This record gives sequence, structure tokens and C-alpha cells, in this order.
Amino acid sequence: MANLTRFNLRDKGADIWAGWSRPVRTIFVLSMIVLVGLLPYAASWGPTSFLNTPITSFQNVLVYPVGMFILMALGLNIVVGKSGLLDLGYVAFFAIGAYTQGILSTLYGWNTWEIMPFGIGFAMVAGVILGLPALRLRGDYLAIITLGFGEIIRIVAINLSITGGPNGIPGIPNPPSIFGLKFDLMHPQIYFWLVVVMILLVVWMVRRFTVRRPGRAWEAIRQDEDVAALMGVNTLIYKLWSFVIGAAVGGAAGVLYASKVAVISPDMFKFDVSILILACVVFGGIGNIWGVIMGAAILAYLPERIRFISEARQLVFGAVLILMMNMRPDGLLPRKKREKITEKRAI
Amino acid sequence: MNFSVVTSQFWSLALQGLALGLIYALVSLGYTMVYGVLRLINFANSEVFMFGTFATLYIEVHFLGYDIGAPSLHGFKLVYTLAFALLASMLACAILAILVEFVAYRRLRARGANRLASLISAIGVSIFLLEGMRIITISRPMTTPRLLDKWSFGEFHGANFRIDTVITIIAPIIIFVVLDQFVNRSRLGKSIRAVSMSEENSKLMGININRVITLTFCIGGLTTGAAAFLYTTVYENTIFNVGFNMGIAAFTAAVLGGIGNLRGAFYGGIALGMLEQFASAMLGSQWKAVTVFTVLVVVLLFKPNGLFGEAVQQTRT
Repeated sequence: MANLTRFNLRDKGADIWAGWSRPVRTIFVLSMIVLVGLLPYAASWGPTSFLNTPITSFQNVLVYPVGMFILMALGLNIVVGKSGLLDLGYVAFFAIGAYTQGILSTLYGWNTWEIMPFGIGFAMVAGVILGLPALRLRGDYLAIITLGFGEIIRIVAINLSITGGPNGIPGIPNPPSIFGLKFDLMHPQIYFWLVVVMILLVVWMVRRFTVRRPGRAWEAIRQDEDVAALMGVNTLIYKLWSFVIGAAVGGAAGVLYASKVAVISPDMFKFDVSILILACVVFGGIGNIWGVIMGAAILAYLPERIRFISEARQLVFGAVLILMMNMRPDGLLPRKKREKITEKRAI
Repeated sequence: MNFSVVTSQFWSLALQGLALGLIYALVSLGYTMVYGVLRLINFANSEVFMFGTFATLYIEVHFLGYDIGAPSLHGFKLVYTLAFALLASMLACAILAILVEFVAYRRLRARGANRLASLISAIGVSIFLLEGMRIITISRPMTTPRLLDKWSFGEFHGANFRIDTVITIIAPIIIFVVLDQFVNRSRLGKSIRAVSMSEENSKLMGININRVITLTFCIGGLTTGAAAFLYTTVYENTIFNVGFNMGIAAFTAAVLGGIGNLRGAFYGGIALGMLEQFASAMLGSQWKAVTVFTVLVVVLLFKPNGLFGEAVQQTRT
């Protein structure tokens, strides 16, 4: 296969990483975290000021869409990348998280940290409700049902009075400050650091899962579900788990998003968002955390950066997707060679 | 819940549902034919439909020169004008569908890329077409000229047999009969069925796979183009994002009937159209989509391959 002998950035990186000793790795990781933490100031520092975005301020762009998209793409990656289930309605979980925050904070006056577990919990329950019937079906039927679910959540939000109908919920309070860090409109970098912490938590979680029993089960299911079932993997349970964990990440992102933007409306949770996040996952490299992060960062940042061609930016975005997929079908940073499914087609 | 509507307007709702469902059925062919041979969701088909509505508009207004307020046509002139617009729309959509296959699928397929890569490149094409049309039309809805004077054949228990409704019912049935015969009888149709059963084996039998795949996209484009023409004739307007809801409905119809199955698309489309009409009448149109998807989930739970099963009973690899 010509495909496998091609230059693979991900394997190159893994080789370098494997060659390092433990202290070197620690220093590298810490310095990377510091670098990422300094990102909000990159736009105002001379050499990196080209990163600045024309319309929305760079620090806000870093929170939404960039940070949020990375978070959601990591969550979706558990579903699509790890266990190979095509989910076209991921935005539903994001919406559930956001509406949980919106309703509980405006009606009951709870704060974001109290709501967070509930937002995650509701998203997980929704994942179970959707997953139990849908995951019994195979691949493409799952796609249409999840797509439908995403639309249903949006339609329900438009038509219920508790969700504020098409106008949505205004006046959602920002999170209360922790460690003296105030969350308000003037300090988007604080939100960014919070998102980075959440991303790191998710990355850590996914990496733990990958090397343990659920990760191995997902891998087996993705490669061949029938064989996995024959080898004694309870495929439904593990598929459900990947679905629910993915949903939890989406819910957490939603809670944070709602308390950042203060106003949510059903328009924010359209099908396009699901597609965009799926595009982030595939664009970066399905199944590989670093690829997904990179893909999400690029796809979220690019449309904001090229806003000066405002009318045509989505057009360019579409063209970029086509070109990239044709040039690197496995994404920017593909998953490890041994994890690739050998295609059954004779080509 | 308003059940009395169902009894009082039964025939009217059924007729409207049938007409709408047959348009869905035509568009869902664009999904189901491609799925049959490639096992991929042809995501750009919704934009092919959108393109078709604008192609019809363009041909009627700019090519044939009928303005928005133009008086309706009669007799022979009406027939050939509509026939010309129909054929032109079908042709435009077929060409676009073939282009989509070239841009989004061919190279990826030759490299043996994974299925999601093709899906994303198809989504890329879809975004590209949608945004392109949005920029060209400056996001404005457009009205098409009323070439067909909408006289009625008469009523049957409140069901109004208007000329456009009748055309929307008869034309798809003719197309489906022709297509069914083509796929089941002709040599090319046989090769389509062969490829959908096994790509490798049909290659061994000397079938040109690429040609068959182009042909399926072409057929899907033709029927989608016909649907676009019928849609513009009935609703007399179009907008750049008209394809989105149509695409979702048509894909749902294809899945409901059993994706990859020609007759499944036909019955799935009708079932979906009826369901939408009755659900809107009973629960209010805002709950239409919710009802449809709930029914879809229930159907798939009991019949995992759709109402009419897949053309080929094989598990996807």
C-alpha cells in the first residue's frame, strides 16, 4: 500500500517523543502549557500580531470558536474516532448543556460550577436515551437518527416556553470568580484558560481510556464489530459508553458556552455546527487526539482570520475541505499505522 | 392533538401528502442510487436539488424570456415550454452530480481512503455550492414565473385535484416505472446491480466500475433535477438554502424505505410525505420533524433495514 509508506507526521512526532527521557518530556509538556497559556496575548505582541483576527477580538476567538471547537471535537472524537460511530447530531448535547445552564441559572439562580455536573448529567442521560435504540442499528442509520435527534432538540427548544422559544434565553450570568480570577466580558483570557484546563482534562481522560479496557473494546468495535462481539466484547454497552462520554464532553462545553455568551438561542445549535465539528475531527485526523486538536484549531480559526473576504469566507472554507481531503484523506495528523483499518477493497 | 382534522380533511391531506412524498421520492433516488453502489451518503445531493430549482428559474426567465408577471401559457406552447424546462433542469442537475462525483469522490476512491474522508469532501462540495449560490443571489428568495395556470380538475371530498398536483403525482410515477425497468432489464442497469452486490466481483466480470458509478450519479442527478422542476412549478419560489430541508427529508425517506433500494425510495417517499401532512394537521406543523424522526426510529427498531429492506442483504464492511 502506497498509503502506508507515505510520510506520516504523527509517527515522526511519536518517534521523537519516544526518544526523550522523562525529565525532557516533563519540561516539554510544561513549556507547551505555558506557551498555550500565553496565547491570548499573542495578538498584541509584535512578531505574532499577524494572528490577530479582523472583526472579533482575538481573545474572544480563542474561547469561541477555537477553544470550544477543540473541546467538542475531542468529545466527538471519542464517538467517531475511537469507536467508529458516525454521529451527525453532536450539537444536541452541546445544546442540552447550554440550555441547562440557561434555565437553571436564570430560574433558580444557581451558578455555573453548581450547574456543570447537571449539564453533564443531562447530556449523558440524553446520550443513553438516544443511544439505546440508535446504537442497535448499523453505521449509516445511526447517522440519520443522530441527525434527526439534533434537529429535534433544536425544534423542541424553539417551541417550548421554558427555553424562551425562538428568542432563546437572555441574561445568563457569568461564572463566579475562582482564585481571584474574574469571569466577565472584559477578560476573555480567563475563559480561555478555563477551556484549556477542560481540554487538558479531556485529553487526560481519553488517554486513560485508550490504554484500558474501554479503549481496547472501542478499537475492536471500530475495526470489526462482528469479530469484537465474537471475542466476547459487549459491543452495545461499550458503544453506549463511548456515546455517553462523548455526550458528557459536549454538555460540559455547552454549560461553559452559555455562561460565556450570556444569551443563547436555538439558532446557535443548528445542524451546521455538528457538521463543522465532524469536519474538525476528520480534517485533523480521525482518532488521533493531537490531530483533532490541530484540525479543530485550524477550522475554527481560519474563517475568523479570513473575515476580510467576509462574503466568500464560507466558500473558501468549503474549498479548503475538498482540497484537504483530496490531498490528505487521513487528515493532517493521521492515527498510528497499526491502528489503521486495512481497507477490504481491492484497489 | 386534533384528530377531527384527519377525518374531515382526509382526502385533501392524502393528496397533498402523495404529491409532496413523490417529490421526496425523486430526490431520495439521488441518495439511494449512490448508496447502493458506493455505500456512501451522497451529501451534496441536497445542493444538487437547490441548483436544479435555480436552473429551472434561470431557464424560464433568462433563456426562454418569461418575466415574473408573464401571463400563463396555454396549449402546445405550454407543454413544450414545461417539457423544455424539465429536461434542462434534469440535464443541469445530472451534469452537476457527475461533477460532484469527480471532485468529491473519485480521487479519494482511487486511493482507498476511508469513508469519512469522502463524507467530509462531499460536505465541502455542499458548503461550496450553497455559499456560492448565496453570494450570487445575495441571500434573496426568488419567485419563478407562473407559466402553468393552476386550474382544477375538480374536487373529491375536499381534495382539490389541481393541475400542478396532478402533474407532480403522474410525472414521478412515470420516471419511477422507466427507471425500474432500466435497472432491472437493461445491460447497464444490470451492471449497476452487479456493482452494488460486489465491487470486486463485478470488476472481475469486466464491468467498468468508474463508468457505472458515474452513471449512478447521473441518474440520481436526473431524478433530482426533475424533482427540482416539479418543486418550482408547485411552490413558485426558491432560495439558496432550499436544499437543506429537502435533503434531510429525502434522505430520511430513503432510509425509511430501505436505503439502496429503488422501490424502497418510492414507497419511503410517499410514506414520509403522508406522515408529514397528517402530523402537521394533527400536532401543528412545528412538530412535523419530531414526528417524522420518532416514526423513523420506531420503524428502524422493528425493521432495521427499512420498510422494504435493502436491495442487497449484506452487511457493510
